[in-house]
Formats: sequence, structure tokens, C-alpha cells
Amino acid sequence: MADERKLECACGAAPMDTDKMWVIMGPQHPFSHGLWTLKAQIDGEIVTDAEPIIGYLHRGWEKECENRTYPKIIPMADRLCYAASMTYTHLYCMTVEKALGIDVPEKAKYIRMVADEICRIQSHLMWLAAVGTDLGNLTVFLWAMREREFFMDLNLRLCGARMTTNFPRIGGVRNDTTELFDRDVLRCVERFEKAIWDVIALVDDSSIFLSRMKGTGYLTREQCVNLGITGPAMRGNGVDFDIRRDDPYDNYDKVDFEVPVLKDGDSYSRYMVRIEEMFQSCKIIKQAMRKVAALGKNAPYRLKVPSRVPAGRAFMRMEDPRGESLMYLVSDGTDKPYRLKVRSPIFVNVSASKPLVQGSRIADVPVIMAMIDMCLGETDR
Amino acid sequence: MSETIRDPTEDRIRSELESRFGDRVRIDKTEPRRVYVTVPREDVFDVCSFIRDALCFEHVSAVTGNDMVDRMEVVYHLSNYNTGIMIEITTVLPADDLRVKSVSSLWEGCNWHERETYELFGIVFEGHPKLERLLTPDTYEFYPFRKSYKLRGQP
Repeated sequence: MADERKLECACGAAPMDTDKMWVIMGPQHPFSHGLWTLKAQIDGEIVTDAEPIIGYLHRGWEKECENRTYPKIIPMADRLCYAASMTYTHLYCMTVEKALGIDVPEKAKYIRMVADEICRIQSHLMWLAAVGTDLGNLTVFLWAMREREFFMDLNLRLCGARMTTNFPRIGGVRNDTTELFDRDVLRCVERFEKAIWDVIALVDDSSIFLSRMKGTGYLTREQCVNLGITGPAMRGNGVDFDIRRDDPYDNYDKVDFEVPVLKDGDSYSRYMVRIEEMFQSCKIIKQAMRKVAALGKNAPYRLKVPSRVPAGRAFMRMEDPRGESLMYLVSDGTDKPYRLKVRSPIFVNVSASKPLVQGSRIADVPVIMAMIDMCLGETDR
Repeated sequence: MSETIRDPTEDRIRSELESRFGDRVRIDKTEPRRVYVTVPREDVFDVCSFIRDALCFEHVSAVTGNDMVDRMEVVYHLSNYNTGIMIEITTVLPADDLRVKSVSSLWEGCNWHERETYELFGIVFEGHPKLERLLTPDTYEFYPFRKSYKLRGQP
């Protein structure tokens, strides 16, 4: 593949014999969005080989958990991914609930779903902002971050914190929705559904964006699945799978939404999938908030749970904004987990860097890697 | 080999695995969209390739190591994109012989999972293309997720 492109780039001239060179991108590089390194071997302008290096942020998260009681892990789970903190906490609580064999109240399920989808929109907007700066359009960055701020305020109304929310609990959620939240959530979502078109227009009307995104980072469906890529990056490759729909947790089987799937398999289709997912998230938030309202203010939102988890194993998976995240819990009957494994979607997605960037131009590398939405907190754990 | 079953049900997975492997595979339990299997380590690769090719499990969610002090375990979570079913394969390794055949030739997505399990537990995946340290520094001398490696405050 690299050779064909080389000929194409040389505009018909005979390919030159050039020395291959390793370019070290990162750990402090504008494109990396966190501490990681991409070693790219280039032949002229074409990337012939690549190797990602991670681990700068490895703090032994899973081991640290073995030294803490179950409730104390909740704030730690927030810090796995700071851009969508509630999803990991939600996943952790679901895993422990599965091990305990309890079913949380309906209201808690819907509130968690709302929180998750707010986080999904936040995360996608953060990603959109990052793509904007990667491609040199600061307006996209500013406008996407402005939209994100409204959802940050929703977090603030829901639980008093903007980023690391510490909100889901084992057996439910910490508090019921507040009146201010009920008032603001629909306003915010409806406003967003209109306002995001400004940002979309900025990107879709920009020839710079389109020429960088269309046709770059191409993978076939089989490659993509075999490499273990999940999330929007996978659905942009024609894999019709979303854990919310196909392996539902909480009450996702009781709301109506669509899973966007595109078959092109390039950066642009991954971008389009994320944009459409934000609209679907809005749809889910509206339906779930209606269900919360129908349950009334007196409905229970939290269960009392025992502090010790019976010996056994349990795992749960969920659709993170970035892909499939999974937790596997081994408990030995004490109040601390014996082993807690986290499967991070980005950890696997970034391991596919080589096939993603191989054969593309070095200038396309930032946008190709931006399409997997790096987050180092969960990658290195 | 029989033809690929694209969307197997839990019962079908159970019967296929039992008819193909007999006693070598123990099916611990099934739940809706979940099948829990225990496999001796010699058969892990064969069972995995059967599950991938015949039952159409295209994706590996995770490969997990687990230190049970007197033995180690490796847990595979495989998932099917047509039905949402997951198979959990548990295999036990004796503490004095931590080797198991790598499945990263079947699913490339396993590559880093196995590297991570190697560096944190010292479990050797035979046939892995690049079994080197990934998250910890190359000069690191410990396997930090083993139970013998104590954190501060851990008994």
C-alpha cells in the first residue's frame, strides 16, 4: 500500500531511494492530547511504520483498588477519564451491583442514563474541539468548548461538580435530580440541538477539514474488528454494534434511539458518527427525563447495600463515549475487591495506530489519531 | 470444520462446545447473553480458534490476569457482534509454570492485553510477537500486580 501511494505522490516521477527516518511525536506534542508518544517511520512524506508508546501515566489504578473499600473506589473511578467521568463510575457501580446481585431502583437507572448521555455529549464536544485545533481552526475549538460549558453547568446542577462528579453510588445515585436540573436539562438540550449546527457548518464547509479527513485512516471492516477497535471509530467502519442497543444495561432497552453506522471506514465517517451520536444522546436524555418526571419526586433513587461483597466474580460492560469499557471484579467476601480489571477502549484503539497511519502522509497523522479520541487517564490506568 | 454460525444462542454455544470438545471444556453457567467456560490451558488456543471461526466471535474485549496466590488465572472475554453474547473463558495456570499459548494471532486486539498481563503478572504468552513491557519502564524488575507485591498499608 505504501508503495502505491508513494508513486501517486511523486506525480508520476520515478520513486526515489530515500533514507527512512524515525520521527518521534510526543510525549509533549500538540497532537498527542496527553502524554503518549507515536514513533513514526517516514519515507519522504509517507509513514511506513509506526509504534505507539504509552505508560507515562501508569499509576497502578487496579492495584490501588485492592487496598480500598468498595465505596472509596467511586471517586477514583471518576479520575479514569476526566472528560466523561460519570461513565466509569457508572460502570464500576454496575459491576459491584452485579456481584451483589441487586437491582437498582428505576429512577436511579434513568438518572444514570441521563448523566451518561450528558457525559457522552461533553466528551464528543471535547473531541470536536481537539480536532479543530489539530486542523488549525481555533473557532471550532472555541465554539465546541462553549457548547460543552452548558453541559458542564448541567453537571453542576445535578451533583455540584463540573468534571469529577462523584455521583453514581453502589445501589443508585447520590441524590435525586434537583429542581434546577429538571428546569435546565430540556432547555439546554433543545438549545444544543440547534446551536451545534453552527459548529457542523464550520467543519463541513471547510475544504481543509474535508481534504484531511476524507479517505485518510482507512481500515476495512475485518481489520477494524480484528484489531479490537470499538466505539464510534468502529461504527464508522461499518460495524453495526452498540452495547446500549445490543447488550443493554440499565434501561437502555426501554428508550428509543438509533445507532449511526457508516461504511466508508475513513476519518470523515468516524467524525460523522460522533456528530450523529450527539443528537441521539439528546433524544435519550429527553426520553429519560420524561420517565424520571413520571416516576415522581417520592420514588426511591438509592438502595442501602451491604459493605461486603460475596465471594465470586462479575463483569459488566458499557458503551463509553469512546468505545467498549469493561470491568471484571473478583471478590473474596471482604469489603475490598480482590482484583478489579478495567478494560479501556482507548488502550486497544491506540494499539491499532500502526495499521491506521501506515501509508498516509505525515501531515495526516494528527487527524487520524484524533479520530480515536485519546484519553490517557484510562489508557494507562 | 462445520460452517460458521453467525448468530449463535447461549444454548447453541453450549451444545457446540460440548460436542466439539467434550470433557475438555467445562461450562460453568449460562445467563442471558453470557456463557461462562473453564478450559485447561493446553486447549485455550484450540477453543478460542473454534469460537472465533465456527461461532463468529470477532472481538476480544479483554484478557485479564488474576493472581490467586497458589495459582494464576487468565480470563478471556470474547464477544459476538451479531448477538451481543459474551463468552468468559477462565484458564488456570500452576504457580510454578506461568505459560499459555498466545491468541494474538487470532485477534490482533489481544496484543496489548497480553503484553499488559505479562508485565504486570509475569504470565508468558507463547508465540506473542512482541512480549515486552508496555506500561512500566523497560528496566522494571517486578511484576507489580502479583499478590506478593505489597502496597503500603497492605497486610
